[in-house]
Amino acid sequence: MWGFLPIGKQAISSAAGTSGVSSSKSKEAEIKRINKELANIRSKFKGDKALDGYSKKKYVCKLLFIFLLGHDIDFGHMEAVNLLSSNRYTEKQIGYLFISVLVNSNSELIRLINNAIKNDLASRNPTFMGLALHCIASVGSREMAEAFAGEIPKVLVAGYVDTMDSVKQSAALCLLRLYRTSPDLVPMGDWTSRVVHLLNDQHLGVVTAATSLITTLAQKNPEEFKTSVSLAVSRLSRIVTSASTDLQDYTYYFVPAPWLSVKLLRLLQCYPPPDPAVRGRLTECLETILNKAQEPPKSKKVQHSNAKNAVLFEAISLIIHHDSEPNLLVRACNQLGQFLQHRETNLRYLALESMCTLASSEFSHEAVKTHIETVINALKTERDVSVRQRAVDLLYAMCDRSNAPQIVAEMLSYLETADYSIREEIVLKVAILAEKYAVDYTWYVDTILNLIRIAGDYVSEEVWYRVIQIVINRDDVQGYAAKTVFEALQAPACHENLVKVGGYILGEFGNLIAGDPRSSPLIQFHLLHSKFHLCSVPTRALLLSTYIKFVNLFPEVKPTIQDVLRSDSQLRNADVELQQRAVEYLRLSTVASTDILATVLEEMPPFPERESSILAKLKKKKGPSTVTDLEDTKRDRSVDVNGGPEPAPASTSAVSTPSPSADLLGLGAAPPAPTGPPPSSSGSGLLVDVFSDSASVVAPLAPGSEDNFARFVCKNNGVLFENQLLQIGLKSEFRQNLGRMFIFYGNKTSTQFLNFTPTLICSDDLQPNILGFITKPVDPTVEGGAQVQQVVNIECVSDFTEAPVLNIQFRYGGTFQNVSVQLPITLNKFFQPTEMASQDFFQRWKQLSNPQQEVQNIFKAKHPMDTEVTKAKIIGFGSALLEEVDPNPANFVGAGIIHTKTTQIGCLLRLEPNLQAQMYRLTLRTSKEAVSQRLCELLSAQF
Amino acid sequence: MIQAILVFNNHGKPRLVRFYQRFPEEIQQQIVRETFHLVLKRDDNICNFLEGGSLIGGSDYKLIYRHYATLYFVFCVDSSESELGILDLIQVFVETLDKCFENVCELDLIFHMDKVHYILQEVVMGGMVLETNMNEIVAQIEAQNRLEKSEDQVLG
Repeated sequence: MWGFLPIGKQAISSAAGTSGVSSSKSKEAEIKRINKELANIRSKFKGDKALDGYSKKKYVCKLLFIFLLGHDIDFGHMEAVNLLSSNRYTEKQIGYLFISVLVNSNSELIRLINNAIKNDLASRNPTFMGLALHCIASVGSREMAEAFAGEIPKVLVAGYVDTMDSVKQSAALCLLRLYRTSPDLVPMGDWTSRVVHLLNDQHLGVVTAATSLITTLAQKNPEEFKTSVSLAVSRLSRIVTSASTDLQDYTYYFVPAPWLSVKLLRLLQCYPPPDPAVRGRLTECLETILNKAQEPPKSKKVQHSNAKNAVLFEAISLIIHHDSEPNLLVRACNQLGQFLQHRETNLRYLALESMCTLASSEFSHEAVKTHIETVINALKTERDVSVRQRAVDLLYAMCDRSNAPQIVAEMLSYLETADYSIREEIVLKVAILAEKYAVDYTWYVDTILNLIRIAGDYVSEEVWYRVIQIVINRDDVQGYAAKTVFEALQAPACHENLVKVGGYILGEFGNLIAGDPRSSPLIQFHLLHSKFHLCSVPTRALLLSTYIKFVNLFPEVKPTIQDVLRSDSQLRNADVELQQRAVEYLRLSTVASTDILATVLEEMPPFPERESSILAKLKKKKGPSTVTDLEDTKRDRSVDVNGGPEPAPASTSAVSTPSPSADLLGLGAAPPAPTGPPPSSSGSGLLVDVFSDSASVVAPLAPGSEDNFARFVCKNNGVLFENQLLQIGLKSEFRQNLGRMFIFYGNKTSTQFLNFTPTLICSDDLQPNILGFITKPVDPTVEGGAQVQQVVNIECVSDFTEAPVLNIQFRYGGTFQNVSVQLPITLNKFFQPTEMASQDFFQRWKQLSNPQQEVQNIFKAKHPMDTEVTKAKIIGFGSALLEEVDPNPANFVGAGIIHTKTTQIGCLLRLEPNLQAQMYRLTLRTSKEAVSQRLCELLSAQF
Repeated sequence: MIQAILVFNNHGKPRLVRFYQRFPEEIQQQIVRETFHLVLKRDDNICNFLEGGSLIGGSDYKLIYRHYATLYFVFCVDSSESELGILDLIQVFVETLDKCFENVCELDLIFHMDKVHYILQEVVMGGMVLETNMNEIVAQIEAQNRLEKSEDQVLG
């Protein structure tokens, strides 16, 4: 009948052997045969002669097999649906099987299928009911839930199925499946209390199915099902204490009802420890399970020990979950300790996994620690990477101040031979532990440098940013760090990450070791420069910043460095960034006085305290549950972190200097800034102090400026203000958390404006969040018909709501003029678009599901609802417009990251137009409530 | 919950595939291939659990598998299942197959694919463990066989 393939004819339970080899030739032959067979079946189905039941069954079965082999089946669905309404059991059965395996979302068919299911459910024929329930559970779609979620509970607790255990069993699981797909469609009601009583049912299969159902329901509705606790305990107690023969068929290799025991123990993990009366009984059960583990096995078969240990591990999980009985916790820990050395790999794996959770309990943390040698040994000797991975997890969980040096050292040495797939994770773990438990920061620096040496490729930016931040914030370790990186850089081949750390640290603290003739300034410079040509562009850019810092630290190497900067390979480098740095730094070193150099290139200020981004990264890699524990304790003592794009080696004071962050704005601008007086002298000459107290004379906002302001939310250029005298035009560009705005003032009259003074005003609320400063004052006289230009540099420090105000005062023909307009610097300007696939989008969307992370606005359209215009606005708003993400093509979704100096905030948005009602619904989700709120306000005003 | 049950031979040819979470057909095939490559490179006597491949959801899911002669039986499960419990469930499934087919072999899985599905359906329903008692499962299958025979006799 089949004849497609060579196949093994060996009994499954016999020893290993070979089966047919599929070469490419037989693959071709297979496809040929299958196509022929498909054509044959198709012609049979289409033929005039009605097929008898047997033939239909045969062909449907063949189609299933062809589908299994990976070929598309695009017909036969209708025939299968017809089989559903057959009165013959076997035909119905194969029809349901086909639907369960192959159903697609063909709505026409779904209706027919649902109809057939409905009939079978109502048939009161237990066999037919079973088939129908199976089909619902297999498909488990929302349509099925809509059709049957109300029906199944009735079947489950109906009187007439009292005798039909198998139907009850199937109905319980079917309901569970529908609840998982669409919890909103499964109504709670009277049936819940009757389901709880199924825990007392005589048929253990029914009890098992009911326990699964209750466990899932109880997680969301604990109150509704809390009576299940005492019933579950007494059921468990009866199983555990019974002689294994009592349960007859449900005894599996001498273990009484292992699956049910496991399920009951899982159910109990949904609740806190029960009342004292019940608790005593439960403790007795748990003790009995632990005792049985010590008894000699009743069978040598692996199935016996598997079943017994499945129960034991679940009991240990419950003990850990309750975390209230020190006695049981210690026993659990000892039991797991025995398993750590068991000859069964599976048990070692599970023991390592369970111990991880045990390590976080205060009662047993010390007990877990006693197994450290065994775990380290597992790391070294286990043959299976899955097991070694669990050993790493456990070492991480059991680490504290007392054993950190040992654990970190072991992890480092394991890293040298670790599987590539888990190296990055180990790197993150080592970095976190080293920081968290560092008493002596020289140890921390050594550890991270070792990490870079051993696994440089797996050291992410977060890790090396972090070591720099810590060194900068702790002056007791700076000299040591400089010395150590200097020594590490001596190696003939060192990882680029080491060059980055070395360049940064020597640029800041190279002076601390310059007294030693072996590390004199010139030697430091030559050492770094010897690596320069082997490095990528970003590293070279960083090194150039180090060089200009050297010019400030060590005036004696200035000529050498100027020579390097002056060379063609720098000044004419094909890379714009490098060229620009070389030009600017060379100019800076030539024109600036030592005072200015010292100010501009002063030592980095300490970084602000923040949550570790390494930890955030590990959480992302492993899912939040595995690391939250550590994180809580960690937050108190976390030093700080910079999640920013590049740690800027120059001072970040609010002055335009050729620091790498500021020179992003230097494109096409006047020669580098340091031609003026020191920045500290506020308001004098070149740099206008924007925070001066000029607010008292500021005019109220010009009428109509609100509208104009809104127009700039989604665009950067245009006319901001116009009256009979003056026109103000804008041109702006934004990049990450920085922006630059060109303001053009046009005198529309033929008369001069005198004392023309624009001032930028940031309110007290706004001031800490956004820094804006005018780089150059305009000439106080603006001739008639002339246009003058001014540049404002903007830095977004953290998220903000208000906008800065531009106030302009001048004299026109003897009258004093005073104009104020809001400058359209809005939070969305610091958007960086992010492209992502549909799956990622919805995953992140779900992650941001806290009520305060979401802001929604429903509003009436103020403009015609045009798709293309809307798209352009969303793109103009700054987020990426994601196509084919939303299942409804009429909706718009976008994603982006708001860059501020202190943090980056991921934002997701979704705009749902309703053409009929001329309304929109806009939903914003970000990790920060204020950001969601502000972005929602800004964008809502655009449609 | 059980996400998928995959049975394939030593060459990666699928012999029984059942997904309880909907994936497009081509992804289903890719998952089978990915899973095959994950378990193939593992020695026979190391641990029976590993993290799921990227297609099926990565480390949120575990693959629990057993290797019998020419066939791999792989169950992909989430964290709500007991690892050892599933391992035993595979054994129950295979022992039941063995009872129903008398010395079951790869060939039986091909020629009696419908039967194999029906047996599986008595053990697992919509991704949840339905019945673990082998005698009960076999009794159900025998009842089905009787029903089939009687239909054949009555209706020919």
